[in-house]
Parts: sequence; structure tokens; C-alpha cells
Amino acid sequence: MGFFEMTKTALRTVLSRPATILYPAQAAKRTPLTRGHIVFDGSKCISCSICQRKCPAQAIVLNKEAKSWQIDRFRCVMCSSCVDTCPSKCLSMDPVYTAPASEKGVEVFTITYVKPPKPEKKEEPIQ
Amino acid sequence: MTKQIIVPFGPQHPVLPEPIHLDLVLEDEKVVDVIPTIGYIHRGFEKLVEKREFTEYVFIAERTCGICSFIHGSTYCQGIEQIMGIQVPERAEYLRVIWSEYSRLHSHLLWFGLYADSFGFENLFMNAWRIRERILDVMEQTTGGRIIQGSCKVGGVRKDISNEKLDEMAKDLDTIDREMKEMTTVFLNDDTVLHRTRNVGVLSREDAYHLGAAGPTARGSGVAIDLRMTGYGAYDRLNFHVATDSCGDCYSRHSVRAQELFTSTDLIRQAIKKIPDGPVDVKVTGAPNGEFFMRSEQPRGELVHYLKGNGTKFLVRSRIRTPTLTNIPPLVKMLQGCDLADVPVIVLSIDPCISCTER
Repeated sequence: MGFFEMTKTALRTVLSRPATILYPAQAAKRTPLTRGHIVFDGSKCISCSICQRKCPAQAIVLNKEAKSWQIDRFRCVMCSSCVDTCPSKCLSMDPVYTAPASEKGVEVFTITYVKPPKPEKKEEPIQ
Repeated sequence: MTKQIIVPFGPQHPVLPEPIHLDLVLEDEKVVDVIPTIGYIHRGFEKLVEKREFTEYVFIAERTCGICSFIHGSTYCQGIEQIMGIQVPERAEYLRVIWSEYSRLHSHLLWFGLYADSFGFENLFMNAWRIRERILDVMEQTTGGRIIQGSCKVGGVRKDISNEKLDEMAKDLDTIDREMKEMTTVFLNDDTVLHRTRNVGVLSREDAYHLGAAGPTARGSGVAIDLRMTGYGAYDRLNFHVATDSCGDCYSRHSVRAQELFTSTDLIRQAIKKIPDGPVDVKVTGAPNGEFFMRSEQPRGELVHYLKGNGTKFLVRSRIRTPTLTNIPPLVKMLQGCDLADVPVIVLSIDPCISCTER
């Protein structure tokens, strides 16, 4: 029983540094695993559209004909399901959060991947 | 007879983190009856299960609640694993326990802050949330997400924690324990807190049982129900006891949660000590065909996920019953006969999570 149970903690808090940080003057805490935003590398994408199927928020749309990959950053829930399932590893997770935007919209990327030509089969001489 | 008036409480109210509406029927300053209304944040998660693959639905199941998200995800995964007969690697089971208990710590500390705020103890509110920040840091370092961890998947977990990191976490728990001890001393002994919580919102043992109270609300009234005692996941290999209190008032409910904080840190230590090496996931092939009721212990009480599959990639039915829903009838009982000024404290004492309730 007592009125001053908190005094010790309160005094220590007054004398110590603030527990908060002065964001954005000071950078926010980040870890290598932090899920900030999805980064797309158009030069590796093989247009398999697995990312589109595996996205629980349906934020990704891939158009094979137009060779475009688009993401709605406002729908994306940063679960990194697409990053885990991408077979060509063209998607990665960046720990930096996207900046706030004043308008909703989608980001469109062009797929620049060119399928390497199949190595020509050498005809073996028939013996 | 005094004239009765109705005072609306919520859906927007300073003490409520989420919208619930209570019509308080008052006679002078006394509450004689309460009419609760929910339905402000229904999002249709249970219907969405038909449109998403069962492996992708984990991320949606996790978003049922913004506080105990990991436990929602793991309960859903365990339900699917039971239907499909998947044996999860032991390391994954232990990791699930570790993250579940960290979730419990973070949820209880968040609640302690809001609760202190409800009786106007701002300093204590800040103190509780500062400790919670340490828990969130660990969550982010190990899973990549502070609140929505996204580290559970059907067949195991998505991320492993290195043994060095586990040792570091165990060491860090000592500091957290010390700080929590200081905080709970205030909650359990300070006169200001005692004045606002002792003999306020009393729920008898019989009422708690018959009205279906769950979690700390039931345990605060002396009903020792804790789903972790059923030994799902790795809980059967860990030792702990169920914290209870017998008075059934607001003080009992927060004293139960104060004890649970230390039970959680103890469980994490035990899990870190016992965790075996090995893989963290198994490959999942096929689709669930059958139904299962998966029950688990959330910070607020018993959580039930009912899942039914028909052999395709899309489940046909999901039903989530959350502890707050079952805690609303006891809440109505507690509020009857209390003073108007005590309503915020009593409402907060059941730890209402309305997003869960409405899904």
C-alpha cells in the first residue's frame, strides 16, 4: 500500500533520455528483416504470374502481352508471399517504408527480360 | 421510482480503442441496464476464405486482430494441419510458442497501458507502452513485422531464429522482467489504482461460468480455464500454472494479467532452453478435405477457428469465435449496478477487441 510506488520509476525517467526518437529528423528503427516495400527487377521476371496468384491482397497485376508488372502499393499488405514464391527471384523486400502519397495509384514496371536462345543442338554424326 | 435516462457510450469514446456501442440505462448515477450493439467494423473475413487459396488465407486470418495476430495465424495453420494430417517439425512448434507468448506479453502490456489510461493514470500508461516497445523490437528483429508478424505458414514457420539470437532474447527477458515487476507493483499496490478497481464490476464465479466468460475475465472470477493446459503445440512439454484470482472485480482481472506476464516470460525461457535443432517447415502437398475445430488460448481467452475444406484449394467454410464475443454478456452483468464513472474501467477490464469480435 502506498501513494508513491511510481516515484522511483518516474524519477529515473525524468533523468534519462527520451524513449522516443525524433522522427523524421532521426531515422526510424529498421532491421534487416523489416518488411518495407516490394522491389521489382524487370530484367529477371519470366512472366510466370505466380506472384499475382499468391498475393492475398490482389495488389499485383501482370500483363504478359503488354510486358508490364504493376503493383498497387495501397493494397499491398507486405506479407512477402510473392517474394517467397517467385521462381526467378526478381522480387525482393526492401526494409525502407514507402513515402506517404497524396493520391492513390498503381506503379507500373516494364518487363525487360529476354529469353536466352536455346543452345543449338549439335548433330552428332551417325556412325 | 427515479426517472430512467439512456446515455450512449461509444462507438467513439476516448477509452475505446475500437468501436462498440453501449446504451447505458441510468437511474441517477447508477447503471441499471446495458444494451450492447456491435457491427461497426465487420469486414467479411469468413466469406473471403472462399476466394483465397488456403495457404494464402493465413495472412488474412492473421489480420483478424491487430493485437493478437500471430495467435490467429497459428491457430488457423494448426487447424489446417490437423485436417491434412501434417506433422509440424518440433522446432517450428517451439518457435510458435515463443512468438505466441511474445504476442501475449505485447497484448497484455498494451492493455495495461489502456487500462491505466481509463482511470486517468497517464504516467503508468506511458510506462507500460515503453516496455511493450522492447517486445515489439524483438518481434521485428525475428519476424520482420512489429504487429503483423506473418511468420506462420501451413506446415511450419516461415522464418527461423538463430540460436545466438534466442540466447540474446533470453538475456533481454531479464531486463523486461525487472521493468514489468516495477510496473506491476504499481498496479497491485498503489492506492490510486486500488481505489478505482477494488470491488468495481464484480462478476461472481457462477456468473462467469454460466455467462461463458473466457480468459482472464473468467480466471479473475476463479474459473481456472486456460486452453494452453490442453497441451496443443509445444505447450505439453512446458511447465506452467494457471493464474487465477477469486474476487471477480477489476482488480482481480488485472492481477491475473500481471501474473500472466511472468508466466509468459517463463514459458519463453523454457522454450528457448528446450528448443531442438532441425528444420522449421515441411512441404505441403494436396488440399484440406474435412473439418476441424481448432481451439487455442489468446491473450483474451479461448479462440476457436472452425475450418471446413472439400479437397480443393479453397476452403468452403471458416468460422472464428473470439473471446471478446463471449465476454460481452459477462460485461453486461458487471455493468449492472455500477456507477457511471466506473463504466470505462469496467469496459476496459475485459480487454475488448472489437475487430476480432466482428471479423
